Amino acid sequence: MNDMQFLTWVRGPGLDIAVGIFLLGVFWRLFEIYSLGRKKDLSAPRSVSGASGWHTIFRRSLPPEGMLGKSPVSYIGGYTFHIGLAIVVFLFAPHILLIKNLTGLSWPGLPSQFVDLVAVVTLAAMVVVLVDRINKPVKRYLSTFGDWFTWTLTFLPVLTGWMAVQHLLLPYTTMLAIHILTVELLLVFLPFTKLFHAFTAFGSRWYNGAVNGHKGVAV
Amino acid sequence: MSASLEKGVRVLKEVIDAPIASYFNSCVHCGLCAEACLFYTETGDPKYTPIHKLEPLRRIYEQEYTLLGRLGKTFGLSKPVTDAELAEWQELVYNSCTLCGRCSVVCPVGNDIVYMVRKFREGMSAAGHAPEGIKGAVNRTITIGSPMGVKLPAVKAQMKHVEADYGLPIPLDAEGAEYMVMLSSMEIINFPEYLGAIAKIMHQAGKSWTLCSTAFEATNAGMQIGNSDLARVLVKRIVDGAERLRVKTVISPECGHAYTALRWEGANLIGRPFTFAVKHIIEVLGEFQKQGLLKTEGFETDRLTFHDPCQLARRGGVIQQQRDLMNQVAQNFVEMPEAGFMNWCCGGGGGASAIEEGEALRLEAFKKKKSQLDAVKPDRLVTACANCRIVLEEGLEHYQMNIPVVGLTEMIAEHIPEPSAEKGA
Amino acid sequence: MQGSLIDTLARQGITRRAFMKYCATLASMMALPPAAGRAMAEAMAAAPAATRRPSVIWLPFQECTGCTESITRSHSPTLEGLIFDAISLDYQETLMAAAGHQAEEALHAAMKANEGKYLLIVDGSIPLGLDGAYSCIAGKSNLETLKEVAKGAAAIVAMGSCAAYGGIPKANPNPTGAVSVSDIIKDKPIINIPGCPPIPVVMTGVLAHFLTFGSLPEMDAKGRPKAFYGETIHDRCYRRPFYDQGKFAKTFDDEGARNGWCLFELGCKGPVTYNACATVKWNGGTSWPVESGHGCLGCSEPDFWDAGGFYKALSMPADPLKIASAAAVAGAAAGVAISFANRGKKSAAKSAHETTTLADLEK
Repeated sequence: MNDMQFLTWVRGPGLDIAVGIFLLGVFWRLFEIYSLGRKKDLSAPRSVSGASGWHTIFRRSLPPEGMLGKSPVSYIGGYTFHIGLAIVVFLFAPHILLIKNLTGLSWPGLPSQFVDLVAVVTLAAMVVVLVDRINKPVKRYLSTFGDWFTWTLTFLPVLTGWMAVQHLLLPYTTMLAIHILTVELLLVFLPFTKLFHAFTAFGSRWYNGAVNGHKGVAV
Repeated sequence: MSASLEKGVRVLKEVIDAPIASYFNSCVHCGLCAEACLFYTETGDPKYTPIHKLEPLRRIYEQEYTLLGRLGKTFGLSKPVTDAELAEWQELVYNSCTLCGRCSVVCPVGNDIVYMVRKFREGMSAAGHAPEGIKGAVNRTITIGSPMGVKLPAVKAQMKHVEADYGLPIPLDAEGAEYMVMLSSMEIINFPEYLGAIAKIMHQAGKSWTLCSTAFEATNAGMQIGNSDLARVLVKRIVDGAERLRVKTVISPECGHAYTALRWEGANLIGRPFTFAVKHIIEVLGEFQKQGLLKTEGFETDRLTFHDPCQLARRGGVIQQQRDLMNQVAQNFVEMPEAGFMNWCCGGGGGASAIEEGEALRLEAFKKKKSQLDAVKPDRLVTACANCRIVLEEGLEHYQMNIPVVGLTEMIAEHIPEPSAEKGA
Repeated sequence: MQGSLIDTLARQGITRRAFMKYCATLASMMALPPAAGRAMAEAMAAAPAATRRPSVIWLPFQECTGCTESITRSHSPTLEGLIFDAISLDYQETLMAAAGHQAEEALHAAMKANEGKYLLIVDGSIPLGLDGAYSCIAGKSNLETLKEVAKGAAAIVAMGSCAAYGGIPKANPNPTGAVSVSDIIKDKPIINIPGCPPIPVVMTGVLAHFLTFGSLPEMDAKGRPKAFYGETIHDRCYRRPFYDQGKFAKTFDDEGARNGWCLFELGCKGPVTYNACATVKWNGGTSWPVESGHGCLGCSEPDFWDAGGFYKALSMPADPLKIASAAAVAGAAAGVAISFANRGKKSAAKSAHETTTLADLEK
């Protein structure tokens, strides 16, 4: 298989398979999780403005009082790489084009030099959070194979994408193909690893906000 | 698998629900919950990371309710939960968790960790892995009527004393009263001033109230041990009493878990909504204050600070009232760092104070409260939970800090003019 | 032809100075040192008579003659074509006057006379299907011919994408079983000059190198001369700044297209195509596809015909997502099935519930 065939495969059948597994997994897992249901809360609610599932979905994106100082690397590193990923994934023109082709939706992108810079910052932030995971006793204690594996799954697409654009190590065609392949691996594993928090974090925040909002506590 | 373990796992299968599934799937092992837990911050031992305390529950969830987990179990890829493991986890689920809920409000993906600990205790208690101390408390509450073994005659004797001291009647089983006042054993034995304070406050507000002979004890050790069947027995007593006396509102005493058990869990335990309202005494005082029914004279002049009981504030939503009440009677009220919604637990909630073997850890964790107090150096510490009060007093004594602890209701009552003076006014 | 090449050129009105300049340009294009230009000029200018001119045999297989057309169209009056004066093109079906047995005789005569020294140029792919019956010349399959002629060749030039990589005949589903020269010949130096068609100067450059140094120029992993295929179209494209700014033509007649913005979104394969179009251009430096408003097709890359559609941007899926909706439905169905199983399990646990008593707290 030459590099063009490789690229064509990852753009064609590879992408089809990866998106297929991703969608299959997402639907399967969402049903599996949320169909367990929960009991209706029979206690008399206390309604307070600002205390609800929806509020918590948004509010929990900010560090609660006193927490930023306790774990600055988690917060700053976490923000940087999540926002960086969002920018790189959703505001790089070729990516928008892909989304447009898949969904029909499109929006303006950012200049490629800026996206390039963001990718570098994102990679740096991911390395920092990895070092933090190795160094911090709690994080190291909690870490399992899944944590290292998903870090790699997330890191590789950014790295290979950036290397492809920068023409590093391998010819662009090969690197682009590897980039797309790593994204496909990410898609395939996302529903079955902790990366699924990309979906369930919203449900979790909502439940937390709703359970506590019932008590009039804005969490 | 032993019969008790089997039962415990079955109970967990009952209580695992969509929120728990969502929470476990959302966890990214960021460890931020550890920073919110005083058992971790004061010991530095990563095993006290809140989400780690749920590891056996997570495995049971995966093995029972996910397809991949079931396959893993079938092919022996994930190890089953054992009695030995649950025994090891007892310390993590009970001794080092006060159900303070701080972890639940910091988790960036929104996991309500304390919700899961509460559910995990259902299985732990059913499997026979609850600590002896809490088992004893549950036993006494169910068989005798209160965790400290207090019976009705003791309450009656206390009533008599208070009536004599305050010159106010303490109604018992008064049907149709507006308020039914509950007590915690701590208040009956250690802090009798509370009953007198209620009498004064109700008298001034002109409200009808009563104690109930079949339901005077508000604490619910069944909830602390995490067993709904037993918690239900205790809640049912209160519901029966309140409905027999046809009261409008049941007042939970200065006891955090009693409030949570009755206010938030009660209706769910008995499976129907209550026909009466449940309020914490601080909520009631707050209402009286707003309605102008709470008139006080004079001020405390020493430096005071307020310890928010977790179940009242963060877990109960009563945060502002205690501050307004403090300001009514105190001139020099200062707040500890992170007071209110993010307050740190005393270290003895959720039944932890009943666990003898957990004392060393409890005192270690108390260093958090100590540092909060060191930051403001109060002359006295006010709170609104008898259990917090006992734990605080023990901790303060251990660290040789000379800071008396007082209950807010009593302090308010002390500033209520004597009934006779009122008549003269 | 009489006298040396330089005399011939002089007769055609081309000065020595112009010829030297051409050689210098060719050398620099091939990233050779400046001295190489002079060496090249001397080698070619001195080529005196037919006897000393290297023999070149050009075999056409499954091809469209586009490569030959490309070379000839650029032949006159540009200097590139004049290189042919430096060689002896002994067999080229399209260009040679001879036909039939005469032509075959010329081929064999040249092979015999220049055994081990002649340069073999191939255009077109070689069909292997039906024992090569899809394309035969003089009763022989292309496969037989290639093997026979390649045996005595000093080196082989695979001219155009078909000879280099199989090209359009090899496109899915490849009915003739087309393969490239390098798929068959393993024991000779082969240089690929892909393109559909290739740029004339690339071919003349390679020939000049062969004439001057007696060897093939430096090649990349795909057997292409690095000098011409070292960079992508995208990297040398004059529209590249628009890509970097995120300015893209969305259709062929919109404002962006009129303003000359990047054609990436219209399917330009420039980023994955290694060729010299953007620098050398076509038709004597007149223009090239992107300059004329159309994206690069990637014609010099292997399997360009099957690389996901000419008008689909590289970032778009090459194929429509065929299984996506089916997968979503299957996932939902699996999820529903699991949820029924889970609910059954949960209610079984519930109905098996034994009320916990005080005694149960003890094990």
